[in-house]
Amino acid sequence: MAQTDMLEHIQMQVMWNRLIAVVEEQAQVLLRTAFGSVAREAGDLSAGIYDPQGRMLAQAVTGTPGHVNTMAAAIDHFIERFPLDTMREGDVYTTNDPWMGTGHLFDFVVVTPVFRTGELVALVASTCHLVDVGGIGFSADGRSVYEEGICIPHCKLFDAGVLNETLLEVIETNVREPIEVRGDLLALVSCNNAGCARLIDMMDEFDLPSIAPLAEFILDNSRRAMIEAIGRVPAGTYRGTMQLDGYEAPVDLQLSMTVSADGIHLDYTGSSTASPFGINSPKCYSDAYSIFGLKCIVAPEVPNNAGSLAPLTVAAPKDTIVNPQRPAPVTARHVIGQMLPDLVFGCLHQAIDGGVQAESAGSIWVLAMSGAKPGGGRFNTMSVSVGGVGARPTKDGLSSTAFPSGVGAIPVEVTEAGTPLVFRRRELLTDSGGAGRYRGGLSQIVEIESRADQPFTISAATFDRIQNPARGREVGAPGVAGRFGLIDGETFQTKSLHTIPPGDRLFVELPGGGGFGDPQARNRDAVRDDVRAGYVSPDAARDIYGLEGTDES
Amino acid sequence: MQRGQRAIFRAMEATHNNARARLAVDIGGTFTDLALDWRGRLFTTKVLTTVKAPEAAVIDGIRQILQLAAIEPVDLGVVVHGTTLATNALIERKGARTAFLTTAGFRDVLETGYEKRFEQYDVFMDKPPPLVPRHWRLPVPERITADGAILEPLDENAVAQLAAELQAQQIEAAAVGFINSYANPTHERRVRELLRDALPDLWVTTSAEVSPEIREYDRFSTACANAYIQPLMAGYLNRLSQRLGDEGIACPLFLMMSGGGLTTLQTAMQLPIRLVESGPAGGAILASDLARQAGLDEVLSFDMGGTTAKICLIADGTPERGRVFEVARMYRDLKGSGLPVRIPVIEMVEIGAGGGSVARVDGMKRISVGPDSAGADPGPACYGRGGQRPTVTDANLVLGRLDPARFAGGKVKLDPLAAEAALTRDVGTPLNLSAPWAAAGVSEIVEENMANAARVHAIERGKVIGRHTMIAFGGGAPAHAARVADKLGIGSVLVPTGAGVGSAIGFLRAPVFYQVVRSRHGVLADLPLDEINAMLHAMSEEATALVRAGASDAALTESRQVDMRYVGQGHELVVELPRRALQASDLPDLRGAFEALYRNSYGVTIPAQAVEVLTWSLTVAAPTATPDTVDETSFEETPAQPVGTRPLFDAQRGNAVDVPLYQRDVLPPGARIAGPAVIAEDETTTLVPEGWTARIDGRRYIAMDKGGSD
Repeated sequence: MAQTDMLEHIQMQVMWNRLIAVVEEQAQVLLRTAFGSVAREAGDLSAGIYDPQGRMLAQAVTGTPGHVNTMAAAIDHFIERFPLDTMREGDVYTTNDPWMGTGHLFDFVVVTPVFRTGELVALVASTCHLVDVGGIGFSADGRSVYEEGICIPHCKLFDAGVLNETLLEVIETNVREPIEVRGDLLALVSCNNAGCARLIDMMDEFDLPSIAPLAEFILDNSRRAMIEAIGRVPAGTYRGTMQLDGYEAPVDLQLSMTVSADGIHLDYTGSSTASPFGINSPKCYSDAYSIFGLKCIVAPEVPNNAGSLAPLTVAAPKDTIVNPQRPAPVTARHVIGQMLPDLVFGCLHQAIDGGVQAESAGSIWVLAMSGAKPGGGRFNTMSVSVGGVGARPTKDGLSSTAFPSGVGAIPVEVTEAGTPLVFRRRELLTDSGGAGRYRGGLSQIVEIESRADQPFTISAATFDRIQNPARGREVGAPGVAGRFGLIDGETFQTKSLHTIPPGDRLFVELPGGGGFGDPQARNRDAVRDDVRAGYVSPDAARDIYGLEGTDES
Repeated sequence: MQRGQRAIFRAMEATHNNARARLAVDIGGTFTDLALDWRGRLFTTKVLTTVKAPEAAVIDGIRQILQLAAIEPVDLGVVVHGTTLATNALIERKGARTAFLTTAGFRDVLETGYEKRFEQYDVFMDKPPPLVPRHWRLPVPERITADGAILEPLDENAVAQLAAELQAQQIEAAAVGFINSYANPTHERRVRELLRDALPDLWVTTSAEVSPEIREYDRFSTACANAYIQPLMAGYLNRLSQRLGDEGIACPLFLMMSGGGLTTLQTAMQLPIRLVESGPAGGAILASDLARQAGLDEVLSFDMGGTTAKICLIADGTPERGRVFEVARMYRDLKGSGLPVRIPVIEMVEIGAGGGSVARVDGMKRISVGPDSAGADPGPACYGRGGQRPTVTDANLVLGRLDPARFAGGKVKLDPLAAEAALTRDVGTPLNLSAPWAAAGVSEIVEENMANAARVHAIERGKVIGRHTMIAFGGGAPAHAARVADKLGIGSVLVPTGAGVGSAIGFLRAPVFYQVVRSRHGVLADLPLDEINAMLHAMSEEATALVRAGASDAALTESRQVDMRYVGQGHELVVELPRRALQASDLPDLRGAFEALYRNSYGVTIPAQAVEVLTWSLTVAAPTATPDTVDETSFEETPAQPVGTRPLFDAQRGNAVDVPLYQRDVLPPGARIAGPAVIAEDETTTLVPEGWTARIDGRRYIAMDKGGSD
């Protein structure tokens, strides 16, 4: 290699690192300025940078898997609506169209073209989950997207530097929390501005007229790394199925995965038709979680960009639950979408030497509770609960941990400080992890009462895996199924809104993770440790794991 | 404790007139660093840390440094001590048999933590196991609500039964953490009393005493970490104090805290968790002190050692402070992979980029450096101790920045061929680069990583990084400082003397202070001011009593702060409060101050949205020494005399170029050096790149400026 090439090669790497730092900085700014617990606690946001052809070059690590591919695809829709030669310095574009953005109305995507000395050199984009979008709120009960809130088609939020107040007013008029929503939209704009400024700094520092050579370098190397990784998976077609509770009727998902030298193709043909309720997962969101599942196993270290993502493709027939068409309701798209990695793992398990982790609790349970406050007025709170993760081929599963979502728990003390609710228990549930040579992650039981002398309600729209627990692998047992109801009272059966009378206590048992391998083959010391800790009951240790000579009860 | 604080004040006061010597001892993982200030002269030395009985190295080092300074133990006026022992006990899980008593129904808070994965794509990741295993996490029937009311009284019989179990299990330390104890700590306190009565030898920590803040996981985690290291730290501190006495050292011993202040032996034994990360805190204190001396408003301290680089922002001579820290990360650079502790800390970003950081090429044919480190053993390939993997130090050697014969004062002979071979094999061959180019790539990438970390750190805090002056210390920093500064748009870098033992020198300059923190949540516009003022008053009394006691004539400084955010947001900004009772007329000003900070950080404000307050903190500090002023005009600028040349790889030209080599200890104040040049000394090497100029100032610090040559 000639001297100048060596210098250039090193500089390319430095600039690649810089681009990743730029999007990370964008995401961090957003994380700190966003309103609403979903964006800030769960990190339900993302940031990315694109070349003028709309190819994603880097995406922030901060954020959730739900934005992996959706962000990469969303930009093309913007460019189609606002061709590059019409873009002007100071323009900012936005949409929350579920089919053009990231799969439900709550996520607004904001795109800013980057100009340097009058020339368009790149695009930056970011997205986050807003506090409210009007309509019926965060619920799966909408029967069409029209009920779910306001939908903004591709629009200019800023036109050559001038804020589109009309658009903002329209949005503000249609939502319950206009001030926060305005704040979130402006936060998206300012995080993009930070990204633009940093990119221009970099181009100045390295005296780059264009990022095209850098883009080629990034995309070529990433694509090559992905193809190499795919090459380590035996070629062939693998099939998997999964049944879920669904909302009004069970959902069947079918997947065939074809691995070839050029890539991995997923096909959901044969899956259930779209639901009349809002658990449908638009194709962009289905793609995101499917590809997330593939990447976790096949190429976890390869960064997300147009080069690395190109060899991974997804097909789904129209009007299935993984590719619903407008006007299908989609708000709680995660109920289906977040189950897809388990289905992908099921296919990969057949292909990969040593296997892949067992099924997990999957989609998060959103505990949306509301009721009267003791001193008058009402409270609305959204808490997130997670179950167990599937056992790994060489390790136990993680207990009470979100997977595949990146959501985190909201502290009990924080929820209690803002509501009359009192959590009486939040504890790991004995025997909830699927038995196996490696045990599935434990789920938890949560018990909640109210100090108000009034009932409170809970929406069960997102509670899946009540009928269909997470399956184990290689004879590993399934995790425990989910359950919820009143302590000393009825167990609730439907996905609708349930009422907890004053003085009564709600219990929620999350689903556990599936086990991996034969429980009888589990290390005996590990079983004894589990009994001592209370992760496994003495009865289960004896009956399921075949442990002899322990009676610690 | 009051007697102890009085002693601190007297001792520190005594040092102002240089009547007696001040000694600092910093125990690190590999070396124990010592610095001694005797009548304005600074002596430094390093000894190998004796891991099993750290006091042995301390005593050995003290004997050496006393000899070096030719003084007697009685000449010592104060010993200031910092140690990684607390941190190491947490990392290596070598603490006490610890139990955790908690509200029934919540014993798994410690285990479930934030319930999220810190590494999205790694399906094999593990979460840090809790310090207390589940069978020692013991439920206690009781319940307090968010407003501090008692919903269910404490079951004292249950506590008595648990005490018997603790004894049977030979538990050495217990943490007590109840839900909402930040709002009402009476149940926790009562349990402590009951346990102390039943088991006088048991160490007991309550969560509200270590961290009276909302968020149960963070508070419980802090309490357990404190309990876990308490018997070990107390034992060590007692032994050390004994050994110092045996040596005839009767002067007071003070401990450096993570927040950058000093405390007494007794407080340290009660709250040993406040001793974690005291070494890096010492470095930040050093940089702050230099910033004050030099009258620099905005400083970025850059401390690069063997395994990590630490970056801290210093405004007006004060390092930025925070209250959350993550200890014992399982994956060095990953937030969330460690145990949270809520204690006063100096806010800094620490990344896995040090001299021993390992370089490799990843699947995308990118050079990556760290976060893993070859450590001291086997160390970089060039140490010749069996290390095979190329490190940053190997890259510096191949680039000609280090003298193989003089590294670490000649204590370690470096092998350039081993460095070249390792770099070629792991970096050069996969990328088709020659060894010097591979080395240049490694250096450039590690510098880029440090610059990126600094940039994000500054931006998160609304700072413009290019306005800062860099102060570089730690063995690795001076070789990379100018290039990192270049990347950040920083045009001026200061390399102090004794850069290799910067933390220990920083200990000598630490102030005595104490910080008290309370959670009291409310909307700014309708705060119950009487209640708040009563709370602030009590906090002020508590902190003042600890610092002042006996220092009747000293003007202590007090600062008050509150965390504010827009209602609905998750991240707070810290707003300064007036040092007096709050009045209704202050509230609009506080909102204004918050919005100014917000705009500064994020570019916009949200005028219609209410602002809420969460946590109040109050700090009382004894005065710090007034900076020595140096008359710069008395030093005439002269071109410096090189002692030879050094072949330095030049990436622009693609080959090695002979550049002048200077020896730092013979450079007089006023000496001027134009880059490219290398300035060598025992503990580090300063690189002056082309386009930079260095000048030796009146304190013999190296002041480098970009483009300042003519």
